[in-house]
Amino acid sequence: MSEDFAPKASSYADQWDWLFFVLVTVSAIVVAAVLVAIVVFSIRYRKGAAAFRKDLPGAFSNRLEYGWTTATALGFLAMFWWAAATQLHHAVPPEGAVEIHVLAKQWMWKIQQPNGVQEINELHAPTGQPVELIMTSEDVIHSMFLPALRLKQDVLPGRYTYLWFNGDKPGVYHLLCAEYCGTAHSRMTGRFILMSPVDYSRWSARQPQADNAAKQGEGLFNSLGCTGCHAQNSSVHAPDLHNVYGRPVQLADGRSVVADEAYLRDSILLPGKDVVAGFDPIMPSFRGQVNEEQIMQLIAYLKSLAAPGRNK
Amino acid sequence: MSQIAAVEPPPEESPTCTSYLDAGHTLVSWLTTTDHKRIGILYAIAITLFFFIAGFAIGLARLELMSPRGMLLTDEGYNRLFTLHGIVMVWFFLVPSIPATFGNFLIPLMIGARDVAFPRLNLLSWYIYLIGAGFTCYAIVAGGVDTGWTFYTPFSSLYANGNVVAAAAGVFVAGFSSIATGVNLITTTHMLRAPGMGWFRLPLFVWAIYATSLVMVLATPVLAMTLLLIVAERLFHLPVFNPHEGGDPILFQHLFWFYSHPAVYIMVLPAMGVISEVFSCFARRRVFGYVMMIYALLGIAIIGFFVWGHHMFVAGQSQYASLVFSFLSFMVAVPSAIKVFNWTATLYRGSISFEAPMIYAMGFLGLFTIGGLTGLFVASIPIDVHVTDTYFVVAHFHFIMVGGTVSAFFAALHFWWPKITGKLYSEAWARFAAIIMFLGFNTTFLPQFIMGYGGMPRRYHVYPQEFQVYHVISSMGALVLFAAYTLPLVYLGWSLFYGKRAGPNPWGATGLEWQTPSPPPEHNFDEIPRVDAPPYNYHPEKEEAFEPQGRS
Ligand code: HEM
Ligand SMILES: [Cu+2]
Repeated sequence: MSEDFAPKASSYADQWDWLFFVLVTVSAIVVAAVLVAIVVFSIRYRKGAAAFRKDLPGAFSNRLEYGWTTATALGFLAMFWWAAATQLHHAVPPEGAVEIHVLAKQWMWKIQQPNGVQEINELHAPTGQPVELIMTSEDVIHSMFLPALRLKQDVLPGRYTYLWFNGDKPGVYHLLCAEYCGTAHSRMTGRFILMSPVDYSRWSARQPQADNAAKQGEGLFNSLGCTGCHAQNSSVHAPDLHNVYGRPVQLADGRSVVADEAYLRDSILLPGKDVVAGFDPIMPSFRGQVNEEQIMQLIAYLKSLAAPGRNK
Repeated sequence: MSQIAAVEPPPEESPTCTSYLDAGHTLVSWLTTTDHKRIGILYAIAITLFFFIAGFAIGLARLELMSPRGMLLTDEGYNRLFTLHGIVMVWFFLVPSIPATFGNFLIPLMIGARDVAFPRLNLLSWYIYLIGAGFTCYAIVAGGVDTGWTFYTPFSSLYANGNVVAAAAGVFVAGFSSIATGVNLITTTHMLRAPGMGWFRLPLFVWAIYATSLVMVLATPVLAMTLLLIVAERLFHLPVFNPHEGGDPILFQHLFWFYSHPAVYIMVLPAMGVISEVFSCFARRRVFGYVMMIYALLGIAIIGFFVWGHHMFVAGQSQYASLVFSFLSFMVAVPSAIKVFNWTATLYRGSISFEAPMIYAMGFLGLFTIGGLTGLFVASIPIDVHVTDTYFVVAHFHFIMVGGTVSAFFAALHFWWPKITGKLYSEAWARFAAIIMFLGFNTTFLPQFIMGYGGMPRRYHVYPQEFQVYHVISSMGALVLFAAYTLPLVYLGWSLFYGKRAGPNPWGATGLEWQTPSPPPEHNFDEIPRVDAPPYNYHPEKEEAFEPQGRS
C-alpha cells in the first residue's frame, strides 16, 4: 500500500490540488491581513498610548463598508465560478467507459468487473481510460471514497449512483467507506488498484472466470419467467425490451422518462410506478424474489440488448 | 410598559432591596423561581454539566485514536462515544449555551425590563430541557446510541441497534425548550423595551439573540417532525425512509439539514453578539458599522435557511441543485466576512486594553475567521467532494463552534461574571486560561485539516497508519484544551468566596445592565431607565469616558 501522504492518481486530482492550494493561499492572505490589522491596531491604539482617536468621517466609513462588501461578494463569486466550472467539466462521463458494478453492504464492498470477475474489498481498474462505477447498497448508506482520485460518492440503497474517473498512475491506493454505516464502518476499507491496461487484462485473465453480469442476467431473465411476457412471440402484451436502455419512454400518465438503471430497477420492483403508454399495468412486482446483485445482473442484461453506444 | 409586563407588577419593596441571589437561599426557591436571572443560572449549571460529560466522552475517544488499531475500546464503544459527544454537545450544550444562559440573564437587563415576557414559560422551558436531558441520559446509561448526531436513515431507523428512540425523544423534547425560549425572547424584545429603547438603539447582543430566536422558532419544528418520522419507522414500521418499501433515505437528509444548517447559526449568532459587546467595550469605541452589523445578522439568519443542500453534494442530489446550494453558501459567507471586518475596524482609533474577556474575544476573531474561510472550501463543490466526511469538515465546524462559539461563551462569562455574581475574579489566571485555550485549540484542530486533506475519514475507529502522527498531536492538544476548560471552574469558583466585590460597572460599559447594582436586585431596576442614547457611546480620545445608554 502506498505510504505517501495524499498520493495522486489522476490528472483530475492534480487540478483539484491546484484549486485547493489557491484557496489556501487566498485564505492565508486574508488571515494574515486580519492578523496584521489586529496587531497593528492593538499596539498603536493600546490604552495610554498617544494616538489620534477622533471619529472617522461618516462618509468615509460608509464608502469603506460598501467597498469591502462589494469586493468580498465579487471575490466569492469568482471562487464559486471557478469551483463550479471545474465541477461541471467533470460532471458527465465520456462515452464508452469501462463499467464496473459496486455493491456495498455492512461492511464490505463487492465489485463485479465487466467480464464478470468478482472481487471483495478490492477494486482493480485500468489506467488511461474512463472507468465508471455503477453503485448501489444492500442496506444502509455507504460512501465510496477514493482519496487518490479526490473523489467520493455516496452509495444508496434502492438507487444507483455513479462515479467516473480516468486514472493515470498505476499503484495501490486506499478505498474507504466515508459515510458512517454502523459498527465496523472504519473496517469497511480495501485496496484500489490501478494497473496499466496490459497488466489489467493480464490480471483479469488470471482470475477464476465467471459469466459476465449480462450473461447471468440472461439466465435470470429466463428462470424468473420474464420471457413469458416480454418475449417477442409472447401472447401477453408487454413492451419489447430490446433497445429500451438509454431511450426515452412514453408513460401512460403522459410523462416521458429516459430508461436508465433507476428506471429499469423500479420497473422490476415497483412496476406500478411508471407504466409504459399503451400497456396494461399487469406486470407483477419481483420484490423479495431478486436480491440487489441479481437486479444488477438483470439490468446488465437489458443493457446488453440495447444498440451499441454507451455500452461495451 | 405594555400589557404583558403589567401581568407581573413591579415589586413594592424599597429601592435598597436585596439582590436576586439573596432573594431566597433554599433549593426550592431556586427550583420554583421565575426570575430570568436565576433561570439563566439554572441553565448555566445544567449545560456546564453536559459540557463536561460530552467532553469526557470525546476525551476517551481521542485517547483511543492515539493508536491506529484501536487498543482501548471496541468498535461499538467508540461509535457510542462520538455519538454521545455529538448529541450532547449540539443539543444540550451549544444550542442553549449563550441564548438560554446569557440571553436569559441579560436581555431584560439590556432592554430595561423587569423580567422576560413570560416568566413561567421561562421556568417551564428549563424543566422541558431537563426532561429531554433525562431521556438522553437514559439512552446513554441503557447502553448508548451509535447513529452519530446526524441520525442518518435508513441506518438509524432500521439498522442501528442502540437506543435510538430514547435519544431521538430526548432531542425532540429539548427542541420544545428552545422553541419556548425563542418565543419568550422574541416577545420580550418586542414588548418590553424601556422607553426610548428603539430598535436601532438595541445593543448588538440583543439583536443577535433576537435573530437566533427567530431561527429557533422557525427551524426547530422541522427537526421535531423529522425525529418523529424516524421513530414512526423504527417502532411502527411506517415506511418513510426505507427504500425497500418505497421510502426515500435522502428525504431524511433534506429534512435534517433544513433544521441543522440553520441550527449552526443558532449556535454562532449569539457568539457574534457577545463579541460586538466585548470589542466595543475594550476598544472604547462604537462598533464599526452598527447598522450594517444588524443587517448582517438578519442576512445570515435568513439566507441560512436556503443552504442546507451543501451538506449533500455527494449524497446523490442533482448537479444543478448542488450548484444553487453552493452559490447560496458563498453568499451567506458575505455577511460573516463583513462582521469580521467590522470587528477589526472597531479597534481602529480605539483605546484598547486586554482584560480577559477581550483576549477570549480576540481568540474568537482569529478562529472564526479560519472557520469561515474553510467554509468557503467546503462550499466549493469539487473541494467538498473530497473533504466531506473527513477530518477536514470536523476541523471546519469545530473552528466555528468551539473556536468561535465556545470562545465567545467564555468571553461572555468573564465579561458579565462581575455583574452576575458581584465578584471579581483573578485577572491573571483568566488571561492565562484564555491563552492556553487558544493554543490548545489550535493544537487539537489544525492537524485535522491536514489529515482531512490527506483523506482521513471521520467517525473511524481504526485508521491507516500514515495519519497517526496527526492524531497524536491532536490528542495532546485536547489534553491542553481540557485543562484550559477546567481552569475557569477553579478561579471563578474561588472568586465566588474570596473575590473582591465588583462595583455596578467594573468595565465602564454603556449598556443598561451596568446601570444597576451587581448582582442586580430581583426586579432588575428600582426605576425603569429612560434610554436617551444609542449604544456604545464610548469616547476613546478621553480615557475611560463614556455615556451610559440611559438613566433611571
Ligand atoms: C462562513 C460561512 C460558512 C460556510 C460557507 C459554511 C459551509 C459549510 C459546508 C459547505 C458544509 C458541509 C460540509 C460537508 O458536510 O461536507 C459545512 C459543514 C458544517 N458547518 Fe459550515 N459553513 C459556514 C459557517 C458555519 C458556521 C457559522 C457554523 C456553526 C456555527 C458552521 C457549522 C458547520 C457544521 C456543524 C458542519 C458539519 C455538519 C456535519 O457534517 O456534521 N458552519 N459548512
Ligand atoms: Cu459504509
